[in-house]
Amino acid sequence: MNTTNELRKSIKALIAEKKVDLFLAWEKGSLPLTATPLFVSTEDQADRAVFDVTCGNNLSIYFTKDRKQFANRKVGIAVKGCDARSVVLNILEKQIQRENVVIVGVPCDGVLDRKKVLAKTDGREVLELIDNGETVTVKGNGFDLLLNRNEILSSSCLACTYPDAQEYDVFIGDARGEVPNESRLKEIHDFQALSASERWDKTRNEYERCIRCYACRNVCPSCYCNVCFVDQNDPKWIGSTCDYTDTLIFHVIRNLHVAGRCVECGACQRACPMDIDLLMLNRKVAMEVKDRFGDIAGLDINGKPAMSDFREDEKQKFIMG
Amino acid sequence: MSEWQPRILAILCNWCSYAGADLAGVSRMQYPPSIRVVRIPCSGRVDPLFIMKSLQSGFDGVLVSGCHPGDCHYISGNYVARRKFAVLKPLLEFIGLEPNRVQFSWISAGEGDRFAKVVTKITEDIRELGPATRLVKKT
Repeated sequence: MNTTNELRKSIKALIAEKKVDLFLAWEKGSLPLTATPLFVSTEDQADRAVFDVTCGNNLSIYFTKDRKQFANRKVGIAVKGCDARSVVLNILEKQIQRENVVIVGVPCDGVLDRKKVLAKTDGREVLELIDNGETVTVKGNGFDLLLNRNEILSSSCLACTYPDAQEYDVFIGDARGEVPNESRLKEIHDFQALSASERWDKTRNEYERCIRCYACRNVCPSCYCNVCFVDQNDPKWIGSTCDYTDTLIFHVIRNLHVAGRCVECGACQRACPMDIDLLMLNRKVAMEVKDRFGDIAGLDINGKPAMSDFREDEKQKFIMG
Repeated sequence: MSEWQPRILAILCNWCSYAGADLAGVSRMQYPPSIRVVRIPCSGRVDPLFIMKSLQSGFDGVLVSGCHPGDCHYISGNYVARRKFAVLKPLLEFIGLEPNRVQFSWISAGEGDRFAKVVTKITEDIRELGPATRLVKKT
């Protein structure tokens, strides 16, 4: 609640001082498990802003997916650690200008994954959710559950390394600093220990479930091509069926498109209706990018996205002799 | 019965590897008739999607070859390509494709013998793996 009040206060101040024309934040959703994006342009509207465990939306996607709104306007945005990295990437990729954005960092303890909550309630509809900090209370018809926060956090949050905004103009509350998180890569190392055919079977089983709804792409802050390669029909790169080779190619290529740009906000995984572990490939690519080029997406506002940069002396053992 | 001949897509840079292949040809060097060549303006033009798509359409392997680092006709195309391949290759291995199906090399216009060697090597590698099955789309 405290964060919410602080957030409202700073939105009001920014609007009153005319530092921003528009502010992007969250408000209580019409459904209890998801906050709704809120566009604030007057001081009164600021009172609707909230920040709690339901605020999973990465608001930076509006900069690239709703361009006209933001052309030449001063915009404020409330960001979690991952969102801030997306904003930095948008700036590096010249989608917005740094001087046109006011970044307000909020202290984030992770956001929930709807699917995990519904698994706890055995699929019964949740009518109310109260964020108590360490625990979360969910209420519905005939049940009242007290859940440990860690049980329902998005898997991206459980493995989060940078919970605070690394680039900001205002930071609300106490920063947690960098959290060394070994669990982030554990899954990958375990997976790599398997044989190639075991890995293939697992990958195939996982991605065969994909129904190609493209929710992962639509919700991704780094996916903003005007025409996505899967939507092109001349040449038509990807078949329209759910054949697993097509879906797998879609996911592999999408991963490579966001290589060095994925901030691991986990939005794709939370949006996936088939509960596919989409983050694993993203993390693997991020790991390769870090090991080979030393880059971590969206941390350095003076840097360059890894895949549009190069050094002449890079290791090239993988090239045939 | 004759030995199984893999079908390998060779994506070659116009300025070096393609000329290298030409040199191998006019010098009458021997190498397996396993490759089908696509000429591209620069290895930087190679989208990983081309590689995935060729595997899906039934190629047993893919060879991408460009100019040696520092020799790019467009100054930096092969450096950018190298970054792409450096991420693509481990990712393909990670999802469980055989590591040698997709390979990269640098061959200059003067290295006809090297071209013949590279093609011989990748053909042997892929012959060992057998026909591609994993990403092939069955229609």
